[in-house]
Amino acid sequence: MDDFLAARSQMALSLGFHIIYACIGMVMPFFMAVSHYKWLKTNNEVYKHITKAWSKGVAIFFATGAVSGTMLSFELGLLWPKFMEHAGPIFGMPFSLEGTAFFIEAIALGFFLYGWEKLNKWFHWFTGVVVGVSGLASGILVVAANAWMNSPAGFDYVNGEYTNIDPIKAMFNDAWFTQALHMCLAAFTATGFAVAGVHALMLLKKQHNDFHYKSFKIAATFATICALLQPISGDISAKDVAQRQPAKLAAMEALYKTEKPAPLIIGGIVDEKNKTVSNYIELPGALSFLAHGDFNAEVKGLDQIPEDEHPPVAITHYAFQIMVGLGSVMMLISIIYFFILWRKKTILTSKWLLKLFVFAIPLGYIALEAGWVVTEVGRQPWIINGIMRTIDAVTPMPGIAWSFYLFSAIYFSLSLIVIFLLYRQIKMVPVLYKSSNIDQ
Amino acid sequence: MEQIVIAFLCLAILLYFLLGGADFGAGIIELFTSTKNRSRTRKTMYHAIGPVWEANHMWLIIAIVILFVAFPRIYTTMSVHLHIPLAVMLIGIIARGTAFVFRHYDAVKDDMQWLYNRIFRYSSFLTALFLGIIAGSVLSGKVDPDATNFADAYIFSWFNWFSISVGLFTTALCGFLAAIYLIGECKTEEDQKRFIKKAKYMNFAAVVFGAMVFFSAAMEDVPLMNWVVYNKVGLMAVILASLSLVLLWYLLLKGRTQILRILAGFQVTMILVAISYAHFPNFIRLKGGGVISLYNTIGPEKTVQSLGWALVLGSFLILPFLGYLFYKFQQKEE
Repeated sequence: MDDFLAARSQMALSLGFHIIYACIGMVMPFFMAVSHYKWLKTNNEVYKHITKAWSKGVAIFFATGAVSGTMLSFELGLLWPKFMEHAGPIFGMPFSLEGTAFFIEAIALGFFLYGWEKLNKWFHWFTGVVVGVSGLASGILVVAANAWMNSPAGFDYVNGEYTNIDPIKAMFNDAWFTQALHMCLAAFTATGFAVAGVHALMLLKKQHNDFHYKSFKIAATFATICALLQPISGDISAKDVAQRQPAKLAAMEALYKTEKPAPLIIGGIVDEKNKTVSNYIELPGALSFLAHGDFNAEVKGLDQIPEDEHPPVAITHYAFQIMVGLGSVMMLISIIYFFILWRKKTILTSKWLLKLFVFAIPLGYIALEAGWVVTEVGRQPWIINGIMRTIDAVTPMPGIAWSFYLFSAIYFSLSLIVIFLLYRQIKMVPVLYKSSNIDQ
Repeated sequence: MEQIVIAFLCLAILLYFLLGGADFGAGIIELFTSTKNRSRTRKTMYHAIGPVWEANHMWLIIAIVILFVAFPRIYTTMSVHLHIPLAVMLIGIIARGTAFVFRHYDAVKDDMQWLYNRIFRYSSFLTALFLGIIAGSVLSGKVDPDATNFADAYIFSWFNWFSISVGLFTTALCGFLAAIYLIGECKTEEDQKRFIKKAKYMNFAAVVFGAMVFFSAAMEDVPLMNWVVYNKVGLMAVILASLSLVLLWYLLLKGRTQILRILAGFQVTMILVAISYAHFPNFIRLKGGGVISLYNTIGPEKTVQSLGWALVLGSFLILPFLGYLFYKFQQKEE
């Protein structure tokens, strides 16, 4: 494996894992705050148990999220020093604010986890809310930094020099809002479906019904609402990308030739050598509509972009298909869920619906990862879109492949342990949260 | 604004050494605790650092963010030439950070604890060691941007007697800080005695490794003597550190735990002042006499200004909240 590929793989791996840990750590506190609130309001101990059970998950994911995030803040330099040398002062603003938000989150988490019976109960609840809000703020800020790489702003690039630097303009670049919105909704959808699915599974196993039923409802509500909102945000993002990064959009849809009107293709096998796609379903004019809001608009194909600026088409296209496909599945499940709620059927009696949620456990995260592949691979060969190529940013140190293997091993074993720990937490629910055993 | 950003950088580095260092030290103490006392040590430790655990490590993030936003050349030079020790330190941070949380949140307490404990102890040692090695390498004058072969560019920049001595010295100091901190958290006199003993060992180790730092500095041509003996402030700091040590041992016999912590913190602060004051604002000493200084690598004005504001405003939010956290969980439970 050559060093450049190794560096890219290591970065992708680190981000891929961090995204999952961070999303769970960012979203779960909101679920927790809801059930905590219900406990304080209703005095129903089940809600207290749910809050405590979830808070253990949060502690585990926060720790993994924090260390993998620390890792990333170093990795940017370890792998892409030339990028950081120029980009650091420009897009550093969201990172410095994120540092603050993250710090507050860590402090609030200390209060929350250790504050049971020690703090005023509403202050205690509030610290839980602070964990969620500052976590979400961190997430938005980090995505804003990533958005800058897609949509560089806040500097002039003249003769290879970066001048006239304005970090505030860089932070509020054109892509920050659409990307952050899409990411946050994705985080809530993915985590909501995963959590709801796990509790649905326990309901199917007839374990500790009330506990899992109430947990399921909180998580499913977040998940389904966000899954229904996501297509709107996706549409805004698509129009944005069409305008700003036509190469990325063309790769997403494997559009080799500029067309007017351009069809949307579903599925298909990409042949990168011959620049063709086969075996797809075609929706005439749909891509024109999605990208420009007009069924007859012209959509730029890869033929209008110099060949050495093409992103890897097949990966981007497949990832995009996976993201949209799974997003649609989750949207459908959400519609079914609301339909059943509306018909006042209780969820507990419809086993097939619970099974549907169990099936959906991994879907959100797969879609989320696929979405990141679209953003990151679709931006290639650029690290700063149109300004700096990824290959020019890589570290001069040889032997990165070894580092990649080592960190892969670490991340995989870490994930195995996390899954194992969660499995044990869930398995122990009936023991830990019996009414006689509340102070575990 | 420049000054404010630099002040925050120094503060973040100092607090990471003190608070993060005490955390590493807790693992190091556990490593050097006899098997029969380990579970007690662990309990005291968990009690003491559990609530502030995550917050202590945020100082590293703050320091690193300041470096890459405002001093990108320092950040990238370290990233390139100290890639290997940084990667090792990161592995340590990942391993100990997760093992500490996992061993507490594993719903079933079984043989897995054995694994978490092992990981926690050894990686705490490793992290402190490499943190020190990195600090030593920055000062060592072995970082060589013009190196043409792998070993000179990426290995000998940190693999030298001076860096390794600083690493060992740091490890001992971390253990010392943790032992002093934990004395105040003990519930029984017996435990207290054990930590006093630990503090003594760690102190002794620090003195030995400290001497090694001076020897290796002479061997590797690091002008350490010029910084700490022939510089007024440096000398003053060394004298204060020594005096506070004497006072610390005197008070230890009296059991004044709060003052002990302050003294131990003061002592480590003085050591950092002693080795950094004389060559401030220089940050990295390069091979062949060059330096990378804070002033001549600082980023563009607007960046520094907005970073400065972010830090000032951020600290208004963080510091009171953090102070309350430390205060709230320090009161001993009856």
